[in-house]
Amino acid sequence: MSQTFDEISAQLKKRHRRSARLKWISMGALGLAGLFLLWFFSDMLGKGLPAFQQAQIQVEIDYNEDAQRMGRAALDRDVSRLVSRTFERMIPVQMRENPELLGTTETRWVLADGEVDQYLKGHRHKLNEAQQALVDELAAEGRVALKFNTTFFTTGDSKMPEASGILSAAVGTVMTMLVTLAIAFPIGVMTAVYLEEFAPDNRFTQLIEININNLAAIPSILFGLLGLAIFINFFGVPRSSPLVGGMTLALMTLPVIIIATRTALRSVPDSIRHAAFGVGCSRWQVVRDHVLPLAMPGIMTGSIIGLAQAMGETAPLIIVGMVAFIPDVSASFTEAATVLPAQVFTWAGEPEKAFVEKTAGGILVLLAILIFLNATAVILRKKFERRW
Amino acid sequence: MNIQAAPRHTSQPTPAVGQPHTRNADACHELSIRVRDLNLWYGESQALKGLNIDLFQKNVTALIGPSGCGKSTFLRCLNRMNDLIPSVRIEGLVEMDGHDVNQVKMDEVALRRRVGMVFQKPNPFPKSIYENIAYAPRMHDLVSRKPEQDELVEKALRDAGLWEEVKDKLHQPGTSLSGGQQQRLCIARAIAVQPDVILMDEPTSALDPISTATIEDLMDRLKEQFTIITVTHNMQQAARVADYTAFFHLGEIVEYNDTKTMFSNPATKKAEDYITGRYG
Repeated sequence: MSQTFDEISAQLKKRHRRSARLKWISMGALGLAGLFLLWFFSDMLGKGLPAFQQAQIQVEIDYNEDAQRMGRAALDRDVSRLVSRTFERMIPVQMRENPELLGTTETRWVLADGEVDQYLKGHRHKLNEAQQALVDELAAEGRVALKFNTTFFTTGDSKMPEASGILSAAVGTVMTMLVTLAIAFPIGVMTAVYLEEFAPDNRFTQLIEININNLAAIPSILFGLLGLAIFINFFGVPRSSPLVGGMTLALMTLPVIIIATRTALRSVPDSIRHAAFGVGCSRWQVVRDHVLPLAMPGIMTGSIIGLAQAMGETAPLIIVGMVAFIPDVSASFTEAATVLPAQVFTWAGEPEKAFVEKTAGGILVLLAILIFLNATAVILRKKFERRW
Repeated sequence: MNIQAAPRHTSQPTPAVGQPHTRNADACHELSIRVRDLNLWYGESQALKGLNIDLFQKNVTALIGPSGCGKSTFLRCLNRMNDLIPSVRIEGLVEMDGHDVNQVKMDEVALRRRVGMVFQKPNPFPKSIYENIAYAPRMHDLVSRKPEQDELVEKALRDAGLWEEVKDKLHQPGTSLSGGQQQRLCIARAIAVQPDVILMDEPTSALDPISTATIEDLMDRLKEQFTIITVTHNMQQAARVADYTAFFHLGEIVEYNDTKTMFSNPATKKAEDYITGRYG
């Protein structure tokens, strides 16, 4: 005799309970991951956003005789303690370049000392009571204020937190990525095209394939050692330069691009290849005119993601010397340079408290660029998505 | 020319070459492709066993037989599409215009210029209708100037009976057409390079009856210019469009004859059983 609905339902209850439990557990895991992400972002934003503001102070500059030798002499004695030393150092230089300045005075907003900045932002600082009172007084008069920190985006690294910026690291990143792309993209795509479209399927190509897949999983610092041993020690490429950094990162990005390209090529249906062979295309024409254009969106997406990964890489660059104090923007591919994550790494090791927010600010800029790159990859993929 | 000259094939019937009862007695009976002792292996398993057949110019030859009997494999031997499969080994002679097409020195690209192909599933390039046709002639340097190219595209589309339907949307993607139109586009693409032979691998199996009828009419017209060799699972289609029919079974050609004889008075029991639907 068959069971009634009631009997079946009674049995099912336990099963339904179990699936409901599983659903809650997985939702809980997702929630936890979301919370961590939220925490990370709010912490970074909370610490990093103040870096985009910097204390400035309005001072009277008296270009007198003494100021030609020591910039501090141009400022009021008490106020001079509150002004960034980078500015004071600039006064004699300016006076040498423009001798007509001698004897004139000027009122200007200038960069305040890092401690003033930290005091205004309510962080730990080293100002004494009198200095604090002076800052409070000046702030009340509107002569000390937090303003948008253009310095952060227009200068390179500095030993003084208030004067340090990310420009040299950003330029270094762009140069390094250009080298990486110029090397890894053509070699990676052509390797994948050969393996996927031309190579016979035998032991040797299978071995190559396995090794490429393994390369993608190798700790990145080993690529740094390889770069040091081959590019710097053997070929004599200048140390710390975007050239050697880009070459090292290209080694790391190659397997990612090869794997992405192979996947993209494989997703082009064979019917297209057959059609092309059928009208008398040679193998290369099939690839160049039909398969590659169809695979291009996938190749681009994979390459962008590979590049984004390389962009966030620090470990291999430490080995090839790209973690360095680079105050000036490097002008060529063979000059010493640093990159954004390496700059963040350097700042994180600085003793001054004011560098904490620089570190977080650098991370925010890096994150913004990476999110932009990944979004581009997603948009590209969506836009050219093709159904067969 | 006599197929019985080939050894090892006692069951091979004489093709009705030049016999008065041939359906299109006025058609040309020049030899197009001569096949002798063709054997083909996929790895260890033999898919074609000692085939001998003469295919005639400007006729439609239908290859029929149950699934897996080797008719598509044989078709692909004629333009060396089997080269794309790594494990394939071919022995024997496929001769066209005095050349053995399986010779290493025979360029498969040159061969495919003269032997075009239409596939089972319509597979237009994901490019514009115009570009689908113009691509191959341009690649083979058949056209140099734009007006020439326009002319050739129009002619190919007219020959494929598609011109009236697409002349206003030549720059839309070929994949936007209906299935039947896409298949005619593929036929137009094949004839645009002016081949001698067009191979069709079940060209209508993915199409509805109306589109199928259109393609069949088209084949009837195209055979005035081209040699057509078609694989079909549809017995009526073979009877309707083919001048000659070859019946394949287990990798052998059991019977090859003019279509009328094949369907009215098959020489072998196997072919008769298959045609009457008792098997296969």
